[in-house]
Amino acid sequence: MLTGKVAVITGGSRGIGAAITYRLASLGADVAVIYAGNREAAEGVCAVCAEKFGAEARAYACDVADFEAVKQTVASIKADFGGAHILVNNAGVTRDGLAAMMREEDFDKVLDTNLKGAFNMIRHCTPLFLRGKEGCIINISSVSGLMGNAGQSNYSASKAGLIGLTKAIAKEYAAKGIRCNAVAPGFIRTDMTASQDEDTLVDMIPLGRMGEADEVADAVAYLINARYVTGEVLRVDGGIAM
Amino acid sequence: MYFDAIAKVIAERTDCDVADIKPESTFSELGIDSLDTVELLMNLEDVIGVEIELDRKVETVGDLDKFIQSKVQG
Repeated sequence: MLTGKVAVITGGSRGIGAAITYRLASLGADVAVIYAGNREAAEGVCAVCAEKFGAEARAYACDVADFEAVKQTVASIKADFGGAHILVNNAGVTRDGLAAMMREEDFDKVLDTNLKGAFNMIRHCTPLFLRGKEGCIINISSVSGLMGNAGQSNYSASKAGLIGLTKAIAKEYAAKGIRCNAVAPGFIRTDMTASQDEDTLVDMIPLGRMGEADEVADAVAYLINARYVTGEVLRVDGGIAM
Repeated sequence: MYFDAIAKVIAERTDCDVADIKPESTFSELGIDSLDTVELLMNLEDVIGVEIELDRKVETVGDLDKFIQSKVQG
């Protein structure tokens, strides 16, 4: 399905990002994995993609919040792979706390990585999509961005911002055949949710369980293949935000 | 200075005759929208061998020529 395509995945070294990376490689894509700090994990993901799925897979260290660093990284990806067709903006961080006590740097850090990072990636990948005459962008938002989460004003704002970004980009790029969609996961079992009390969370979820990273990858694979879908936000949340 | 190279790239992608492309020709007259100019610039980079990043909207072929000259001269 994705043979000959190059997919760029930010935050691809673990959790949902790693699951998405494996899925796209299993469907035939070559993968460029962007990671912030965990080189070992990112290279491990790439090794699996190469050995198990025969994909060309490379890891790139980059802080997506840094406009110039993203520019350089995308230039490296262009040099290594010759282009890119799919971008999954998955990189995300949390700095939870009540707004009344939140430090400015904790608000900025989350917005810079989760929201501006996605913009930076889209901004610098656009010429590659235009040149290749195709492109598919998927932003990993969150149900926090749809319903708001107490204690996560920064995270919720960044994830809501991603939905606005998704829709604006979908409109700007539609005429070029480039689609942009968002996936809004609910509570997915990853390192990010490991510290939360699972029983309390599960009580709020209509389907009665946490989600798996693979189930988010299902949604990403669907959106890549859904040629008539753009500007959409697909919830993968067990019904929590309906 | 880069006008001929720009005109050639435009002619290739729009079926316009090179002779019909003037410095005062606007991109919209030539059937090229704003996003197309980003792509056009990528093709130009291959031709002139200089990397150029378009960070503002340019209206005419002459504007783009001036923009590239300003970037190349740093």
